[in-house]
Amino acid sequence: MKEVRYVRAVTEALREEMARDEAVFVIGEDVAYPGGSFSATRGLLEEFGERRVKDTPISEAAIVGLALGAATQGLRPVVEIMFMDFLTVCMDQIVNQVAKTRYMFGGQYQLPMVIRTPGGGGLHAGPQHSQCLESWFAHVPGLKVVMPATPYDVKGLLKTAIRDDNPVLFVENKALYGLKGEIPEEEYLVPIGKADVKRSGKDVTVVATSRMVHQALEAAGILSKEGIDVEVIDLMTISPLDKETIFQSVEKTSKLVIVHEAVKAFGIGAEISALVCEEMIDCLDAPILRVGAPFTPVPFNLEHLYLPNSEDVIKAVKKVLE
Amino acid sequence: MNQDCLLKMYFMMVKIRRVEERILDIFAQGKIPGFIHVSIGQEAVPVGVCSALREDDYISNTHRGHGQALAKGADLRRFMAEIYGREDGYCKGKAGSMHIACKELGIIGSNGVVGGGIPISLGTAFASMYKGNDRVTVSFFGDGATNEGTFHESLNLAALWNLPIVFCCENNGWAEFTPQKVHTKLENLSLRAASYGIPGVTVDGDDVLKVREEAEKAIGKARKGGGPTLLECKTHRWFGHFAGDAQKYRSPKEIEEVRKFDPILKFQNLLFERKHLRPKDVEEIEAKVKSEIDEAITFAENSPLPGVEGLLKDVYA
Repeated sequence: MKEVRYVRAVTEALREEMARDEAVFVIGEDVAYPGGSFSATRGLLEEFGERRVKDTPISEAAIVGLALGAATQGLRPVVEIMFMDFLTVCMDQIVNQVAKTRYMFGGQYQLPMVIRTPGGGGLHAGPQHSQCLESWFAHVPGLKVVMPATPYDVKGLLKTAIRDDNPVLFVENKALYGLKGEIPEEEYLVPIGKADVKRSGKDVTVVATSRMVHQALEAAGILSKEGIDVEVIDLMTISPLDKETIFQSVEKTSKLVIVHEAVKAFGIGAEISALVCEEMIDCLDAPILRVGAPFTPVPFNLEHLYLPNSEDVIKAVKKVLE
Repeated sequence: MNQDCLLKMYFMMVKIRRVEERILDIFAQGKIPGFIHVSIGQEAVPVGVCSALREDDYISNTHRGHGQALAKGADLRRFMAEIYGREDGYCKGKAGSMHIACKELGIIGSNGVVGGGIPISLGTAFASMYKGNDRVTVSFFGDGATNEGTFHESLNLAALWNLPIVFCCENNGWAEFTPQKVHTKLENLSLRAASYGIPGVTVDGDDVLKVREEAEKAIGKARKGGGPTLLECKTHRWFGHFAGDAQKYRSPKEIEEVRKFDPILKFQNLLFERKHLRPKDVEEIEAKVKSEIDEAITFAENSPLPGVEGLLKDVYA
């Protein structure tokens, strides 16, 4: 085992997959010569050359469209969109083109492409650089949406995403880029579509995503001292959603709290809550609670009042136990 | 160009015209689902360009893309079945008129979003470069699309990376219900090429041989690694934006006058002059085309509609 930072785990995954498969190439703004605005693609240009690692103009629609066209011909593009918020700049290419291509052309194409992008706040970057928009894309058939929370998961999932023959929106978290974690020396993969029980417990199920997984684990640690045993599930993949793992847990605990950094209203918590109510209502001892951000844009200097944290998770768990 | 080549082009133009006319007819009978956008009057553009392409070259085309698909070699039966939304269509009935694609023929896919296909065509051009082959991509779009941001982004990136691509603007003077002078300040859209550092050419898009000549130059240049060209073909749209569009926004005089630019008649006259064609040949060609269309329609109408299995298929690989 070795210790790496989350961002470096991303770099390792890219390096390994590019070495393994010549069809993989990396494009985006500042990814090649500067090594990425968050340094995620550092060293790739030097190792693989200009043919496979390319800096683009600030042209998100052209970048994503190019990746789509290349993917139809069997190449495996990994596109970086610098901030998740900027997915809005290329929405037509992602939603009307990438997500529709396989279906509307009758299965003639598969699109083995990955769009990597960091979401989330915590850096005082403001409303246009801090959003969590995963629910928008999970709502579009034809895309897969992945949100890893740890260095181990980000490396394993990115390798899997690159090998997947479908378009994957790979949502990293910029506040997690510096997070250190242990990963194996040898190669490993983490499957897409499978949630991970990060902490086993019997009293309450807390389903969390991305940086909120760490808030949930912190809350679980504090609550255990009060004799409350929390099971923390890291979703890891938003779409396709791993219902089984969630249902198994709720059957055990009978109580569910969902926490995500995204705005609470219309977030993925609503989907999970609805699913559990549809299929597991008899298992529940209490209403399902969701912890998410308030219904405002991300404030640049008031994040301490805005971002959900372990205290919010603790409050929700205690409420559900009442 | 030899006689055989010229006659093939003439045949394809007639075929496109008759196919489009028949589609309008069947659509009026309520037999085709969705929206239809015919390219009657514009036949010289797809034929002039696609006749200069190899089978393994790529094209991306638009909602008004029937001409390009046929000129690139689409089989009329499978094409028609797709228009009807049936299982034996190129896209298993999931695409219809606006989104026809055929991977083997390099028809990347026609696009229902104006300007939506231009960035995608960068990708097939990039793939050719990446793989080291000399396949060229032609991206077709209309005058309206040149005002979309995707046009701007795509031409710049293609120029920068020297992609093997030809951007073909089929300028029929209308962006849906709006004429060019209301949507763009420029008279010749090819002028825009200069701002990306690539050559821009405007050609009479109703003269199939002139289109072919310029297309050959641009395609040849791209194939040899000379980078992109913006080829503007000025042509005329005879009918409305979509089938059923009464064109109330257009003067009846103009609608009548555009027929004077008939590219098929123009070419036919030239072929008569050069003795490549006689009236008897024209009759034979019309009969052959009609019989092909009849057969294709029978094929399409006998093909089943996809069921629930078809509905749910191909969301993911």
